[in-house]
Amino acid sequence: MSLYATRRSANSIATTLCWVAAIFGLAWLFVILVALLYEGVRGLSPAVFTEMTPPPGSAGGLLNAIAGSLVMTVIGVAIGTPLGMLAGTYMAEYGRNSKLTIVVRFINDILLSAPSIVVGLFVYTILVHPMGHFSAISGAVALALLVVPVVVRTTEDMLLLVPGSMREAASALGAPRAHVVGKVAYRAAKAGLVTGVLLAVARVSGETAPLLFTALNNQFWSTDLAAPMASLPVVIFQFALSPYKDWQQLAWTGALLITIAVLALSITARTLSAGRRKSK
Amino acid sequence: MNAAVHAPKEPPTKVTVRSLDFYYGADRSLKNISLPLHANKVTAFIGPSGCGKSTLLRVMNRMYDLYPGQRAEGEVLLDGENILDPAIDLNALRARVGMIFQKPTPFPMSIYENIAFGIRLYEKLPRADLDARVEAALRGAALWDEVKDKLQASGLGLSGGQQQRLCIARSVAVQPEVILFDEPCSALDPISTAKVEELIDELTSRYTIAIVTHNMQQAVRVSDYTAFMYLGELVEFGETDEVFNKPKEKRTLDYITGRFG
Repeated sequence: MSLYATRRSANSIATTLCWVAAIFGLAWLFVILVALLYEGVRGLSPAVFTEMTPPPGSAGGLLNAIAGSLVMTVIGVAIGTPLGMLAGTYMAEYGRNSKLTIVVRFINDILLSAPSIVVGLFVYTILVHPMGHFSAISGAVALALLVVPVVVRTTEDMLLLVPGSMREAASALGAPRAHVVGKVAYRAAKAGLVTGVLLAVARVSGETAPLLFTALNNQFWSTDLAAPMASLPVVIFQFALSPYKDWQQLAWTGALLITIAVLALSITARTLSAGRRKSK
Repeated sequence: MNAAVHAPKEPPTKVTVRSLDFYYGADRSLKNISLPLHANKVTAFIGPSGCGKSTLLRVMNRMYDLYPGQRAEGEVLLDGENILDPAIDLNALRARVGMIFQKPTPFPMSIYENIAFGIRLYEKLPRADLDARVEAALRGAALWDEVKDKLQASGLGLSGGQQQRLCIARSVAVQPEVILFDEPCSALDPISTAKVEELIDELTSRYTIAIVTHNMQQAVRVSDYTAFMYLGELVEFGETDEVFNKPKEKRTLDYITGRFG
């Protein structure tokens, strides 16, 4: 066989393998989504959004879990975003190439890939144990700890993409450093920064492990941050493992709700960053 | 000091560079530079890449201060005040000495906001006054007629030449005394280049201008004085006509006739 023909056949074999691998991976994803839709949609009803999680054998919904997830995610993101943005801003704008930045970036990367259950245990040790009981606020803190590394990373990356000439131009007008960062660099990186926060929300809204050790669960409506609070992932965990049919159904529906929410966030994030690329 | 200086008559001097050395870390990239920028005149800096002409420009507004490891020694006097003095207020200095870059650098905001950005750094004006200042700056940069109906559109949507004039307007709006142009036309087409050159010509009535350029015809067209630099040294400085028609140094002659290297 000529060299050219060998290359051609090698190419088609490699291409075929790529296709097989891609289809194999996507097929499972597809199966999961279809199963989720099939099982989840059956349980969708107004009661899901208006009633509390029921005891086994009676009717109910997921209202307290949905509300709990929202409350803890919002507080977690509200704590984690400023911290992450400030750290990322320092790394990209003030301490570029400094030793501290290199160390922080390294540790942040470890935190980024740390198992979330470790974060849950950590917050259990520093908050739940001293307080003596599970609480929504410690759940929010655990989520914040997961938000921070994502936001640090995206903030730094997005600010590094802002061309240095833009900062020079702002400095050349006599703008002080804080203005250069706050009014020019942030604005240039805006879509990317928002995307980072949305990705962080998507990341934490499905987390179960950190909440199991911190907020635990609550069968009833509660807005007390010092008390245990229900959340969708923990309710799904508990209900899916139970032997009761109606609980299992609610678990499917809850899983569908989370998936839709995360999907919507991801699509929004992608659209935003695509829009940013186009405008350049 | 081996620079050959033609100096028949002396117009007033706005900036005086005296025995300036510049270091990038341990590399000495400007060697004992001394020259004046005459008030309300255009001084062109020519020379091959790496000769230090952009570095010299970036000393005049202390732009190099943004980066660690760069330092200047000697004196650069702006109206008699040494701007290399560590105690000098850098932001106030940069308000007096504006800079236009090689690539247009509009901020990611509306045309109006691009201009207002600089003004707001120094003055808190009522809306009507701010509007007037923005209009004056855009007129000053010969851009008003092209953008007056889309002031709220993004500055990024303008053409390259318009973006560069927007940057000039932004700089002018701060009311500087000196404007430094660092190869302002190298990213522009000939028509946009002509417009920017015309603009530079008009600006000399109010500002002292320094321009770095690789285009020798441009230096001849826009400048009153020309400095030829080579390997970090000032080889020749004088009136543009003399430098181009009767250069005193052989290296200058070789460079302007394209016989270099």
